[in-house]
Amino acid sequence: MIRFDNVSKVYPKQTRPALRDVSLEVEKGEFVFLVGSSGSGKSTFLRLILREERCSHGQVHVLGKDLARLSNWKVPQMRRQLGTVFQDFRLLPNKTVAENVAFAQEVIGKSKGEIRKSVPQVLDLVGLGGKEDRMPGELSGGEQQRVAIARAFVNRPKLLIADEPTGNLDPQTSVGIMKLLDRINRTGTTVVMATHDQNIVDQMRKRVIELEKGRLVRDQARGVYGYQH
Amino acid sequence: MRAQFVLSEIGVGLRRNLTMTFAVIVSVALSLALFGGSLLMSDQVSTMKGYWYDKVNVSVFLCNKSDAESDPNCAKGAVTADQKKAIETDLDKMSVVDNVTYESQDAAYKHYKEQFGDSPLASSLTPDQMQESYRIKLKDPEKYQVIATAFDGRDGVQSVQDQKGILDNLFGLLNGMNWAARAVMALMLVVALMLIVNTVRVSAFSRRRETGIMRLVGASGFYIQAPFIMEAAVAGLIGGAVACGFLVVARYFIIDHGLALSEKLNLINFIGWDAVLTKLPLILATSLLMPALAAFFALRKYLKV
Repeated sequence: MIRFDNVSKVYPKQTRPALRDVSLEVEKGEFVFLVGSSGSGKSTFLRLILREERCSHGQVHVLGKDLARLSNWKVPQMRRQLGTVFQDFRLLPNKTVAENVAFAQEVIGKSKGEIRKSVPQVLDLVGLGGKEDRMPGELSGGEQQRVAIARAFVNRPKLLIADEPTGNLDPQTSVGIMKLLDRINRTGTTVVMATHDQNIVDQMRKRVIELEKGRLVRDQARGVYGYQH
Repeated sequence: MRAQFVLSEIGVGLRRNLTMTFAVIVSVALSLALFGGSLLMSDQVSTMKGYWYDKVNVSVFLCNKSDAESDPNCAKGAVTADQKKAIETDLDKMSVVDNVTYESQDAAYKHYKEQFGDSPLASSLTPDQMQESYRIKLKDPEKYQVIATAFDGRDGVQSVQDQKGILDNLFGLLNGMNWAARAVMALMLVVALMLIVNTVRVSAFSRRRETGIMRLVGASGFYIQAPFIMEAAVAGLIGGAVACGFLVVARYFIIDHGLALSEKLNLINFIGWDAVLTKLPLILATSLLMPALAAFFALRKYLKV
């Protein structure tokens, strides 16, 4: 699903690499936590998977494709098989919940009929049935994140990338979001989630990958947060 | 679904940047109206050239008795019959000459009377004050110099005049105005392009949230860029239509009605409607493609895809 071979990333005008010689593999259907302090390279790791950036050395394979060899115009095709969720939700404030989810299907050219069918379905799945016509501003943080997850999942991606999805949420709401991500994982979708939330990592007992100053320092199946602030 | 989606995005974008859109429309309209105007002016000049060069003569004016006293070119006295004969034979031999007509003093007097009628100067004039002349039609109106070198300063010849020279002054003026119009057009075009680039930059910035989300969900580059390019193209097209309107209205009011030059200057034949109408598609196409291209290149810089 994801394979990093000796990957390094140096941003222009910076001497210290954001990632140094990282090698790892994530299998289909896995749930992986990515932990590490700010500036440890978590974001760079995710940006490489999304091909927002290209690596400086090594190779990144996602969904069986070498991203270095993927030409620019094929990147959108690749991203359609990925779902993304962020700490700040990234919803369109002037569109309703249903329109926000439908947006992800409109821009890739899905038919009106398909959209009418799949949007209520996925909103039910994330527990927002009946809130189709609300605006994002009327929803709580946890509900907004559910909308974002619905949007990420509506095209049934093989891989879901979540960058601190619970970072703006209180612990109780976070647990709800984690249950949802776990449910999505059980449908066979691989989930990679960057987080600072110790409780969540310790409770879930999933694989933990820890980065420190750009290096891979821990890769532990059924791991705990382990990292001290 | 897709077309509807794209169209609604364009509408939203154009309204969001209403002042900027308006500026783009006005500058595109002005630059293209000038562009069309200068094309039409060129047409007008070449129509006039074709018409007038057919009618212009080179005139060789001969000395009369009063010239013999006043004009240094005629110091040797009025023209004699022998001198005239020599001039006629020489003219016959010249290959650039198409035909020659002789105008006697009486004929010149008559023409003058016809042209100026009862003006005080005309009534004090007598036929023997007029000059005899040869009116020479050239095969190529540009070859005036051949006649001038052959006859200028010859005994009995007072002066050689090229009517084309007078016309050329006029055409020179028209051409000068035409170049000025083109210079202004180029300037307006630059302004229009810079406005478009800036508009695209602003709307790319104000829509970075949408475009960011589009990228995340895997919209193709074309799909993300299309609304911006279409926006510029639509604004440009409106400007182009306004420019076309300008030209049609200008043709109508300057030539046919209003200023009505076609009645006042009936010596000039003006360009017809066909000349105007054939320019319109070119203007519309330019107004569509130019802003679209400008937007496309601006997006490469300001919109990450």
